[in-house]
Amino acid sequence: MLFTIQVNNKKIRAEKGETILSALNRNGIIIPTLCRMKDFTPTGACRMCVVEVEGRDRLVTACSQPVEEWMKIKTHSPRVITARKTNVELLLSNHPDDCLYCDKNNNCELQRLAEELNIRERRIRAKKIKPRLDQSSPAIVRELSKCIVCGRCVRVCEEIITATSIDFINRGSRIHVGPAMDRDFNFSSCINCGQCVLVCPTAALHEKHNISEVQEYLNNPDFMKVIQYSPVVPAGVAEELGLKYSRDFDRVLNSVLRKIGFEKVFTTGTGTDLFISEIAGQLIEKIDSGSDSPLYISACPAWIKFAEQSLTEILPAISTVKCPQQITGALIKTLVADQAGLKPEKIFSVSATPCTAMKFEARRDGMMRKGISDIDSVLTVRELGRVIRLYGIDVSNTDSEQADPPMEGYSSSAALSEISGGLAEAVIKSLFSVRYKKEPDKQYIKKLRTGGSFRETSIRTDDKEITVAVVDGLTGLEKLKASADAGKKYDLVEVMVCPGGCINGAGMPFRNQKDDRKNLIRMIYQADENSAIDLPERSPVMINLNGKLIKENSEIADKKIFHTHYVKRNVLL
Amino acid sequence: MEDLKKYLTGKVLMYEADTLPPETVKVLSQIRREKTDRPVIYLSSGTSSKIAGSEKTYSAVSTYITENESKAELVMVGCTGPANFEPMLAVQLPGKNKLFFRNITEEKVEPLLNGVFHNDINKDDLIGQHGSTGFELWSGIPFMEELPFFAHQKRVILGNCGCYDPESIDEYIARGGYRAFIKAIRHYTYEEVCDIIEKSGLRGRSGGGYPTGLKWKQALNTASSSRYVVCNAKESDPGAFTDRLMLESDPHRVVEGIAIASYAIGASNAIVFFRRGSEHARNRLQKAIDSARDYGILGHNIFSSGYKLDIVIRKEPGAFVCGEETALISNLEGKRGMPKLKPPYPTSSGLFGKPTVINNVETLMNVPVIMQNGPEWYRTLGTAESPGTKIFAVAGKGRLSGVIEIEMGTSFRTILEDIADGIRDGKKLKGIQIGGSSGSFITPENLDLTVDFEAMKEQDLGMGAGGFVIIDEDTCIVDLVRYYMEFMRNESCGKCIPCREGTGRMLEILQSVIRKPSDDDSGTTLERFKGVMQLETIASVMKDTSLCGLGQTAPNPFLSALKNFREEFEEHIFDRKCRANVCRGLRTFSIDVDKCTGCTVCASKCPVNAIYGTRLQPFFIVEEKCIGCGICYDICKFSAITVK
Amino acid sequence: MIPLLQEIQDQYGYLSEEIIVKVGNFTGLSTTKIYGLATFYDQFRFVPAGKIVLKICNGTSCFLNGSQSVISRIREETGLTPGQTSRDGVYSYEIVTCMGGCTNGPLLTVNGKYYTHVNPEQIPELLKKLRYIIESD
Repeated sequence: MLFTIQVNNKKIRAEKGETILSALNRNGIIIPTLCRMKDFTPTGACRMCVVEVEGRDRLVTACSQPVEEWMKIKTHSPRVITARKTNVELLLSNHPDDCLYCDKNNNCELQRLAEELNIRERRIRAKKIKPRLDQSSPAIVRELSKCIVCGRCVRVCEEIITATSIDFINRGSRIHVGPAMDRDFNFSSCINCGQCVLVCPTAALHEKHNISEVQEYLNNPDFMKVIQYSPVVPAGVAEELGLKYSRDFDRVLNSVLRKIGFEKVFTTGTGTDLFISEIAGQLIEKIDSGSDSPLYISACPAWIKFAEQSLTEILPAISTVKCPQQITGALIKTLVADQAGLKPEKIFSVSATPCTAMKFEARRDGMMRKGISDIDSVLTVRELGRVIRLYGIDVSNTDSEQADPPMEGYSSSAALSEISGGLAEAVIKSLFSVRYKKEPDKQYIKKLRTGGSFRETSIRTDDKEITVAVVDGLTGLEKLKASADAGKKYDLVEVMVCPGGCINGAGMPFRNQKDDRKNLIRMIYQADENSAIDLPERSPVMINLNGKLIKENSEIADKKIFHTHYVKRNVLL
Repeated sequence: MEDLKKYLTGKVLMYEADTLPPETVKVLSQIRREKTDRPVIYLSSGTSSKIAGSEKTYSAVSTYITENESKAELVMVGCTGPANFEPMLAVQLPGKNKLFFRNITEEKVEPLLNGVFHNDINKDDLIGQHGSTGFELWSGIPFMEELPFFAHQKRVILGNCGCYDPESIDEYIARGGYRAFIKAIRHYTYEEVCDIIEKSGLRGRSGGGYPTGLKWKQALNTASSSRYVVCNAKESDPGAFTDRLMLESDPHRVVEGIAIASYAIGASNAIVFFRRGSEHARNRLQKAIDSARDYGILGHNIFSSGYKLDIVIRKEPGAFVCGEETALISNLEGKRGMPKLKPPYPTSSGLFGKPTVINNVETLMNVPVIMQNGPEWYRTLGTAESPGTKIFAVAGKGRLSGVIEIEMGTSFRTILEDIADGIRDGKKLKGIQIGGSSGSFITPENLDLTVDFEAMKEQDLGMGAGGFVIIDEDTCIVDLVRYYMEFMRNESCGKCIPCREGTGRMLEILQSVIRKPSDDDSGTTLERFKGVMQLETIASVMKDTSLCGLGQTAPNPFLSALKNFREEFEEHIFDRKCRANVCRGLRTFSIDVDKCTGCTVCASKCPVNAIYGTRLQPFFIVEEKCIGCGICYDICKFSAITVK
Repeated sequence: MIPLLQEIQDQYGYLSEEIIVKVGNFTGLSTTKIYGLATFYDQFRFVPAGKIVLKICNGTSCFLNGSQSVISRIREETGLTPGQTSRDGVYSYEIVTCMGGCTNGPLLTVNGKYYTHVNPEQIPELLKKLRYIIESD
């Protein structure tokens, strides 16, 4: 039911039951917000969206107040502007004056608000207490002095990720956000997924930076500098640099990376292909053995940490295959090292990912041999964008080049694996191709692509049905459990923590809340449809790698290097 | 006891007609000790009595009774109200009016009782006599009701306080208690009860003044499988002690009020959200609930009406902000007590999403009285917009303090001059602070303002929950405002920006105003000025945009003080002077050379060694070193030290 | 949840990390949430209280009668802030609002016993006396 309300002396249409903010936005009237998150109920914490409603004593928050037919609203009256300005000044009074050195310089919501509200002097001073800087986690850094207590991170961690690793502690002016017992992050149940980093309006939460480390090694001639990047990274880099993405950009990126100083550029996708085929092998084994328990597959380090903390009973069922980054890393430190005639410690291996948890993964027990890590440093897409800008590379005027062998290409399945449901799809298709020499029924496979946080399907083969489930964001775990408790058995379960998959990982560029990368996803599906190299076993790079290079290298021929183990973690849950 | 229980439940509570038959009336009169054949000694037993030493008095009286083989009965009653008179002791000789005595500590017991039993009344500690018709009067002894403290009060809700043993449900029923509740559940529908309360015009007594009947109707009219009533007995405002007194002295009336409210909205569960510190009051209330349950007044199918109700007490774990409705609900749901956005209001979606009515203890105390006497009677009290009475916790520099109940429409002057008997020690009145940490000031010029929601709103004053602090010339307004702001800063939940940061900044600025001037270089002076200019803006934005009542009312003391006592603020800020000589940073002392004998005592006690001199010669205080603590001032035997 | 924590606090005097973890396991709630919940409220302590717990009234009446100087004296003498416990586990203090003894202020209570009309000069003696009582038990 529509009716008219008056806003700033103009009449606009509003729908019964919607909030003032929604009515304003639909009519193109923008007012500032700070604690608001799309798809979440409003909390009313920031008071930035206040508007003046005639007949009401106090200012009213537009994000929560439902519209009424009689309303006469003023969105930018002097009283409202003073209120917003004073609130931001109050925030700034307790905020470090650190913009120039801050991680979010030019990208900070608070900075934008201060600019929008024309705050030009420090009217309000405060005794600033220096809260701590927590750099204990390899993936996420907490800078409590910059926190504005908007509560977004707490909600995301509780409602989307279900890890509930952080909550408000204390109250009033001593309120801050922290993990259990207010310890440092590395003792906590934080799974490093970084979704909190994506929603934090300031730099209170940001990823650990490895740029200086990478720079140092780039300047060091004693090392061979090597980089790998996952399939979605070129799209992310293009987004970060503000360029339009097309498939050609992948090869431009190779050249850009070489210009920065990396001697060898590899594609993690090759590792993904190996990953898929190893898993397919494990799945075949499991099906043949007649085992009842599902095979959990995932390239997600956050999920692994989550399972090690709170779902230890399923650890034996999780596929032991290392994630693609680590597989490629292992290959670099063995195969490539041999090929180049270097000792592994003389190689500085960097990985560019859309993920923050990969920084944690690179440091895991089992990811190094003889004291040498397979991956020395992990950069997120945002960091890679910074490095490119730092080195002044003119990306639009760079030629395309091939990546370096033996890991210079990948199948479209590898690209697919970075979308939720894509890995399961790839594994099933690979299994069918290897064992049954045919394609699975597309109609059933496509069920894994969209449809909420828990999706399932069954694929018929000649002699059995393979049931597959996809958990897209940990809220789906409950549904999986309910279904399993009801008696349903699954053969394969894919789990990703970041909703939508790695394509929405915490390392990808910040985007405004409207953008949801649908175009990119569509492009990836399209490519998979049209590609001739759609499975690992069809990729010439893989054929070479699997068939020849790995077999010939005695260190890795038994493929044990591509497997890892999981242990129960004792953290404060 | 069992027979008494059966009698009271059967013959009194179940009795249909309003007037009871004469035999029953006689029995009840006996329970009320109106006709006794032996002396009765009543001793007040609330927290304030305990603090004043009533436990020792109790042992002294018991000892006296055993040692003298007296037939006297010792009854513990609740506090009557006046705090200065504690411990209060009353003696009732058979057939004669009760005699009330004040400040009866243990050593006074024996001579007093000896005197009373031998008709020799000690006039020093006597307050007065009190009784009803049919009792013999004492000659030459004033009547309690005629004392100004009581004469100007209208004790409707406090009527039972101090008159009966709060732990005895029999005495409460004998005073007419629980009849209104039983009648309501057996003969009225939910709507009818809401109608009665709405007609009476009762308004919420926690400060907001929202019509209670209307609130109940909103909850009743929201479709739901269950509803809740929450009695807010939190009372954490500094300087508030009214709810505690009422709960200690008349807990049954609170239980009855909650019960009627629960019936009116169709709730079968009521929760009392209780203040953490008041153990005594909580125990009394729990006992009252237990005995009500025992008498079938709570439980299933109460008195065959089909209605069921149970009341539980939940202890609040310590946060002032939980007095706010939505924060209270968050707490009861087991979460951090952070207020939530309104709408939705608790009456449509409250505890666990069900319609919830949250009422203050005082509001609920009015309910049985209204049900018993009818809404029209209630309307005869008070004013047209604000019927009924209001309870205040009079404290501060008045001669008398305590819990009082006045009819709405009474002027503040009456309360100050007649009830509290003016300012003590001959000091001058500076003002009255009402409403506690979210309240405002009334100046000597406005004393004729009446206690009425609308009249006060016109003057931009909130009623508050009942705080009434009398301040005199020796109270520094700036320090008082700083005290309230410190309280609000500590209690802020931290969710919204204006309150979390605003209370902090305002406190820091106020603290800088009362700090010692010699730490000032031009930088800090400039900052202080800047800070002060921001105070008003921050205060008005806090009022305008805070999420909940805490932030919205936290600036009130400051804004009201600024409006009424602007010169005092300006003196602190610009002249760096505190006219009440309270702010240590702004006062220094000097020694009168004519009076100083050079005894060296002050110099040896000075914590910062700011006093210099040679023995037997006048001493000298170095102003820059002086921290204004006043130790020398207190200790000088020759009054040679004066405040500058 | 809150009544459960209150009972634990009453029995053990404080909430240790172990207990919070146990409660979390028992109820299925994350430790983070329980800790966040407990730190919001004044009642919950995370270190044991002293053997002598002083509660000083800072209600408006007591404030006007000088409770702030009593509080600063206690702070000076013990070297603690409210809520902290002394190293030897003997003292801790809390500031509470209005205990109801408004005409007898400044008021303080120690382990249930009331002290009225307290002035700062009496504090050192009182602390010594209390320590003596504890130590002689």
